Amino acid sequence: MDRLWLGVTEAVRLLITLDPALVEITALSLRVTLTGTLIAAAIGLPLGAWLAISRFPMRRTVIAVINALMGLPPVVVGLVVYVILSRAGPLGVLGLLFTPTAMIIAQVIIITPILTSIAHQAIRELWADYHDLLISLNATRGQRIATLLWDGRRSLMTAALAGFGRAIGEVGAIMIVGGNIDHARRVLAHAIAPETGKGEFGMALALGFILIGLAIAVNLGVHALSRTERGSRW
Amino acid sequence: MVSALLPVEVEGLMLRRGGRAILGPVSARIEGAGITIVMGPNGAGKSSLLRALHGLERISAGTIRWPLPEPEARQRQAFVFQQPTLLRRSVLDNIAYPLRLRGQSQAEARARAEALAREVGLGAHLSRPAQVLSGGERQKLALARAMILSPDLLFLDEPCANLDPHATRDIEALLMAARDRGTRLIMATHDLGQARRLADEVWFLHQGRLCEATPAHEFFTRARSAEAQAHLRGDLIP
Repeated sequence: MDRLWLGVTEAVRLLITLDPALVEITALSLRVTLTGTLIAAAIGLPLGAWLAISRFPMRRTVIAVINALMGLPPVVVGLVVYVILSRAGPLGVLGLLFTPTAMIIAQVIIITPILTSIAHQAIRELWADYHDLLISLNATRGQRIATLLWDGRRSLMTAALAGFGRAIGEVGAIMIVGGNIDHARRVLAHAIAPETGKGEFGMALALGFILIGLAIAVNLGVHALSRTERGSRW
Repeated sequence: MVSALLPVEVEGLMLRRGGRAILGPVSARIEGAGITIVMGPNGAGKSSLLRALHGLERISAGTIRWPLPEPEARQRQAFVFQQPTLLRRSVLDNIAYPLRLRGQSQAEARARAEALAREVGLGAHLSRPAQVLSGGERQKLALARAMILSPDLLFLDEPCANLDPHATRDIEALLMAARDRGTRLIMATHDLGQARRLADEVWFLHQGRLCEATPAHEFFTRARSAEAQAHLRGDLIP
């Protein structure tokens, strides 16, 4: 019990004093995850909208595959990205392995199907409402997608937050492609294990508190967005 | 004013769904000015006919001949639905939306939309989300959005269904104003009183077939088809 109490006290001290190592890990985490989420959103949201309004052969199969990819095991993604970026791999010359860019690539692969799938579902419902109007107004395919993305922005923000929440807590892929190098490649979720192993409970708990804080913030964000949805405020 | 979009020749128009004919064959001509009221009992095919003419339904047989190339003809018409589709935007941005699709700047589009919104009585609601409007206000918004491109031909599918008399009167006044400005209106309704108030011409549909297309005064005094006579008497027709 004393050990736990000491750990909590140390964690609070680290948080209050903005310990440089803690700040470094948090900053890298946010940088990697925000970049990954933005890139995944730029790919996944228009793709989801396009899938919602398009009809083509094998469409249902494509949607089923994307839905299945939501459950991609992160470790497998990490392994594949590792093989591709490793020195002997097809993109080895870029020298990206064990860099934040490699972590971002892994996160994009993991969360793009999530964003695409949620966007597809949200936009499909909106498209059912808007279909006749947009056809009647002779909107082009691009205009239809732009309209649906704009008018579905609350749902899509929720999707993006869900993707962010998934990415910030991700460990398996990041550990493989990031290298777990102290002071350089550590992000929140996967720095907790080695700190615990070293007996640095204070740092491990502080990292955990930040993760929990971010998870709560994401959920509050989703909640706030759903409230604005009901109130139609934006 | 003579519209470049008229006359429209409809010949042998048919719609089938699941192998069953739900409309047609319908042959008709849209010309001149005024309001054509499409009447008939529920399920007669009024909405289907309007949707087919506007290009919202793929026709199974027959032709619709426009005097202009079809893409241009489609640009010169608009449709108001029974249940107005409101974009998740403000009233002003809903009305401005068709202009934005045509490439007008936001400032220009909003200025024109604001003027039109005031004209139809929505001036007090410009920045409100469209979703919070009442039924009558929603339909006014839909009408303003349809009218902002000054269409030559406006289709309306029971725009006053479920509206109270006050809102119905407002909408009817807007429709008559549109007619006076030269827009040709084709409107479905099953409200006999409304048909009498608005119609210059009546198309009567029964079981997917056009029983008659007659000037309004003639239709209401001496309808030719037995189905129309029964409908006017208030009989229940299958």
